[in-house]
This record gives sequence, C-alpha cells and structure tokens, in this order.
Amino acid sequence: MSDTPPSPSTRYPAGGQAFPHKDLTGISDLPPWQILYLLDEAEQWVALNRQRNKHVDVLAGLTIINAFFENSTRTLLSFEIAGKRLGADVVNMHAAQSSVKKGETLIDTATTLNAMRADAIVIRHASSGAVRLIADKVDCPVLNAGDGRHEHPTQALLDALTMRQWMRSRGSEEFTGLKVAICGDILHSRVARSNVLLLTALGADVRVCAPPALMPAAIEQMRVSAYTNFDEAIDDVDVVMMLRLQNERMSGPFIPSAREYRHLYGLTQTRLKRAAPHALVMHPGPMNRGVEIDSDVADHLERSAITTQVEMGVAIRMACLDVLTRRARGIEGWEALS
Amino acid sequence: MKPMAPLTITGGKLLTGSGEPTAGAIRCEGDHITAVGDVAAQDGDRTVDAKGKIVMPGIIDLGVFEIDKPAFHFGGVTRAALMPDQPPPLDYPARVRFAASFGKPDFWVHPIAAATRGLEGNELPELGLMKDAGAKAVSSGRKWITDSGVMLRVLQYAAMLGLPFISHAEDAGIAGGAVATDGETATRLGLASAPAEAEALAVMRDVTLAEMAGAHLHIRQVTTAAALDIVRKAKDRGVRVTCGVTPAHFMLSDIAVNGFLTFARLSPPLRAESDRRAVLAALADGTIDVVASGHDPRGPEDKRLPFADAAPGMAGAETLLPLTLQLVRDGVIDMTRMAQLLCVNPAKILGVPAGRLEAGLEADIAIVDPDRPWIVDSDRMEAQAGNTPFDKQPVQGRALALFKGGMDVKV
Repeated sequence: MSDTPPSPSTRYPAGGQAFPHKDLTGISDLPPWQILYLLDEAEQWVALNRQRNKHVDVLAGLTIINAFFENSTRTLLSFEIAGKRLGADVVNMHAAQSSVKKGETLIDTATTLNAMRADAIVIRHASSGAVRLIADKVDCPVLNAGDGRHEHPTQALLDALTMRQWMRSRGSEEFTGLKVAICGDILHSRVARSNVLLLTALGADVRVCAPPALMPAAIEQMRVSAYTNFDEAIDDVDVVMMLRLQNERMSGPFIPSAREYRHLYGLTQTRLKRAAPHALVMHPGPMNRGVEIDSDVADHLERSAITTQVEMGVAIRMACLDVLTRRARGIEGWEALS
Repeated sequence: MKPMAPLTITGGKLLTGSGEPTAGAIRCEGDHITAVGDVAAQDGDRTVDAKGKIVMPGIIDLGVFEIDKPAFHFGGVTRAALMPDQPPPLDYPARVRFAASFGKPDFWVHPIAAATRGLEGNELPELGLMKDAGAKAVSSGRKWITDSGVMLRVLQYAAMLGLPFISHAEDAGIAGGAVATDGETATRLGLASAPAEAEALAVMRDVTLAEMAGAHLHIRQVTTAAALDIVRKAKDRGVRVTCGVTPAHFMLSDIAVNGFLTFARLSPPLRAESDRRAVLAALADGTIDVVASGHDPRGPEDKRLPFADAAPGMAGAETLLPLTLQLVRDGVIDMTRMAQLLCVNPAKILGVPAGRLEAGLEADIAIVDPDRPWIVDSDRMEAQAGNTPFDKQPVQGRALALFKGGMDVKV
C-alpha cells in the first residue's frame, strides 16, 4: 500500500467550499469530487488509527449523540470509537427501547436532542427518509447511519476507501471501469443503494444480483446492470460485494430456504473462481457464514477485505465527523452555510 | 325560518350539464330550480348578477373522508358522498342517518355504507336498513375486499338494493405494505413499492364479479393505463362500470414524492408519467366518468412523519375545481364534459336529483370565474389541514358565489 496519500488541500476548493453541506444524509447529495474529498480526508485517520496513540483533540468539548432507533452493534461502535478518538464526548441513545416506544414522535425526539445542544447527531432509523426529516429540524450536523432501505452513506464511503486502498496496492486508484458485483437482498438494502450511487458516480461498472423477489423495480435506471444468475453476475469482476440476508427473509416469503439460497447465491470458493483472479471479496457484516458466504472465502487472507472494511469504517466516520463539525468549530474558511 | 324570496341569477353563462355555456338566467323558488334559460326576475325576487361568469350546478364530490364544510364551500361543492372510513365506520344504520343530516342545511352529505362490518372484509352489515337511513352507495372504503366470495355476495346484495358499489382497486396481495408505485423514484428512495398491475388485477376481478352479480361498480380512482383499458373494454361490453380519478393523478406523477414529501403520499400512490398520460387520455375519451377530490385533511401528526409511516391522503376540496378547469384550458376536455365529471355523473351514480341546472331539481348553484388566478397555500387553506401536494402552485378558477337549495352559502 502506498505511503503517500494525496493532499486534500491541493485538489479541492478552499475551505468550506470543499464540502458545502450541513448534513450527510445520502450519497445522492454528493457530486463525485465531494465523495473523493471525504475519502482523502479519511486517509489521515487511517494512519492515526494504526498508531499506538489513537487520540486527538480536534473535537474536544463537542457532544456527539448517536441516536439509534434501530438496533445496531457494529455501526454504533464504529461511530462511538470515531467520536472518542477525535476527543468528543459521545453519548449513545438506544432509542429502540426509549420514549419512542411510548409514542413520542420522531420530530419531538429530534427537538429534544437539539435542545440538549448536540454538536452532531448520528441517526439510524428503520424508515426511509427519517434521517432527512430530523436533519431539517435540528441545527447541528446530522449523519445518516442508515435509514430504512434508503441510504447508508458511511458504509458506501468505507467500502470505497477499502477498494481504493486495495487498488492502490495494485498500482492504481481509478474507479473508472472497475467491475463490481453487489449480490444479495438488493431490495431491502440501503448498503446496496448507497454503494450503487457512489460507485456509479465514480465511474465503476456496477452489477447487482438478487433473486427476482429481492430485486427492486427499475434498478437499471440507477445505471447498473441487473442479474438474477449469480455465476453470470460475477464473471470477471474485480470486486464481489456480498450482502447480508436477513434471517426473517430466509425461509418462506422471499426465498425457500437458506440452503437453497446458498446453492444459488452463496459465494463459495468454486464460484469465486469465475471472478477475476485477483478479485476482492467484501461484506458489510454481520455475515451469515455458510449462507451468503462460505467461511473459507470470508477468511481468505489475500482475497477477503472484510476486516479492512471495519477498519476503514472508523476512519471514514472520523473524517465525516471532523468535516461536518468544522463550521461549528470555527475553522478558518468554513463559514456558516447560507 | 321565514320563507326565502325567490332567487334569480341573471347575466351569467349557464353551464347546465348539457352543452357548452350559454347566456341565460335561472330562477329558483324555495329550494328548487323553477326555470332555466330565457327567464326574467319577478317582483320581490332576490336577484344576483353573475356578471358574465359561469353559472353551474354545485359540485358533487364523490368520495370524501371528512365533512369539511369551509373547504367544500370554498371549492364550489354543495354535496359530498362520505366514505365509510369514519371512526367508527359507517356500518350501522344510526351512524348513516347521523352522517346524512350532518351538513344540513347548507351542505348535503350522502353517506356511503360500509360494505362489510367494520370494513373488515368478512361479514355483511345491514345494507338495506342503511339504505333507508340515507346511504346512497356501498363501499369497501380505503381497502380492497380480498375474499372474492365475500365481494361477490356484497355485490349481489348491493345489486338487489339498487346501490352502486364503490371500490378501491389495489390487489392486497401485491400492494400490501407498499407506499409507492414501482419505478425509479421508489427504488432510489428505498420505499416499499408495488407494480401498477396491482390495480389492473383488482379492477379485472371487481369488474368480473360485478358483471356476474349485475351490480353497478364504480371504481373511485383508476390511475393506470392497464386498469383504464380494462374499464374501457368492460364499458364497450355494456358492463355497468364507471370510474373516477382525483386531480393529483392527472396533474402529478411519482416524481412528486421525491424528497419524501408526505403530502404526495396518496392511495393509490402517484404513478409513472405514462400512466398519468393514460389518465388524461381516459378523461378525454370518456372512460373516466368522475373527478373527485378524495378530500382527506391530515394534520402534522399524520403527515410530519417518515414517508412510509405517514397517512395517505390529501386535502383536495379547494383545488378540485381549478385543477379540473386546467384540463379545459389544456384542451383535454370541454366545459360540458367538465360539468359531467364534477356534477352530472356523480349525481347519476348516487341517484340524487341534482347535478344539473334543470327545472325541478334542487337549487344547488355555483357562480364560477374560470380564469381567476390564485395561489394554493397550505398554510392558509379553508380545510381542516393544509396537506396538499399543490402547495404554492398558481391555479386559475374560483367559486365566487354558492347557493345550496336556493339558500345563500356565500355571495
């Protein structure tokens, strides 16, 4: 892996013009260069996270609230670590078991968090569009940690950072023409949508693969090619990104059984041979080993980037928290948005 | 109440319900129209000068969810057929009787009886007694009756009573849980969606069963090309089927929900642009019989929510007339057809003596300036709530005066 990440300062507009958004609610709001800006910003945190002392004080004195209206372990932990490594006070609100259950509306919860003077709010919610709804009602930056089937922008960014690190180790960092297959429950996946938006924006050749019942209508309109045959979908691809199949969808309404799913859509060693010889294997986790991905593929030292994805996740979230709080911190050149 | 002096409206262009507007006057005695056309005011008459504007029958809004008088009066509506989806549902004669008297004297409500108890889709309620209590139709409300056996029996019963059945055509198996129509917008926003064919399937079944039962089927909203084709062919075969649509489905397509705008969350959902064009064609060729508001005012507690959690529906009473007039300005329909869509056909379907300017009918009359411009503003509406997808949109056409049963509602 190269040791000389590009310097963000030379490639982007000065100051706040580099990222003129209050919130990060979706990749769909970002032109390609703003995506690259966040990736470049994350490089410094990748480096920091690999040192013994992983702490800086850039967000000292700021309060970050992680409001998770839907259960999460990994993403919540990743955001919590990211905030703490930057020196912020991080509070987790497990809204799945809170007053939301008592009938308080989402807007009231948002207003409450706002009144507590959070400096950034990270939100996960089971309904598409819920994060945008809150973002419009609060003063501080809002980061989308997943809203329904809509978007999960930090996941797509960390996936892109993972791919770019891998490409760099192979002597390139150009997404144009990179062949990526995203396979699994595309219909219900916010990870798939954000990745499709990000990768197509950067010029990658994206294929999505799912059984018909789990393929969204008109997905081709998002500039991808759609496959129901997994073998055809991964033919000669550079990256195979597997998605988690939710337990409740495994037997019955959408697909007959876990073993039939593995038979048709599981990533096995044999199947992986159809991809390019160097192909990278990714999975946002948590995995169903032996269902969508076999253990020998998931744990393959050269091919699997699954743990790298987790590592990049912390760096990306640090970058997003840093960039989005610059206006509040009065960083030079980062004036308030009009 | 002392008897009102007879009313004569002069100087207007009469849109009677048959033919294009022609200059003329209209005279009413008591609550009825007594003469139309070449009539003059008599001594002691109250006279109103229409000043060259359109004089038309009061609009009959077929299928509303709320009796929201100020909004209806603003929109030139004098009667509305109330959907059975009320708390509690209109599945009991006393509730129907109460609803029927609710708006009088200056607004008439024609209750629509619930087709099944509690609108649950299982058991027949007392449809005959509800008819005597004032019900003018039978309906499954916002839902589709999934059990075809139940649907057939309800249709047979409605046919026996001479009541039309008003259906909501969305196949529950395919559309269950969906909040949008299949397409790029729903996929990008990550909204649960169903194919447009869910409507065609439901229409096909309902038409088939209605034909078997000899019932009059009215599909309150037909919003897709495929379903309109089925209705068109059924009409050609002579099946007693009529259908309607709301302005949202001929003015807007599914892209209006972009940004998760819950004011554009409707049921059936807003459709693809090709379907919107098919609706326009069906309005032009006569396949669609009724344009109604589907008036369903919903406050922030129902609408300021994530899209999928928000209640469907829009406050439409105030925009019904101007948006239908837009069809006339765009050359899709003429004024005669507009009067049929808003007044004549709804009256015919409900079997009420109104909807035309004709001697002997109830004196429900609107004076309308078809060109008067105004801007829809969801913060300043007469309706109980401002949930309109047409917020801040300039429109043309407004009811200047309204008479219900010869009585001044607004002048």
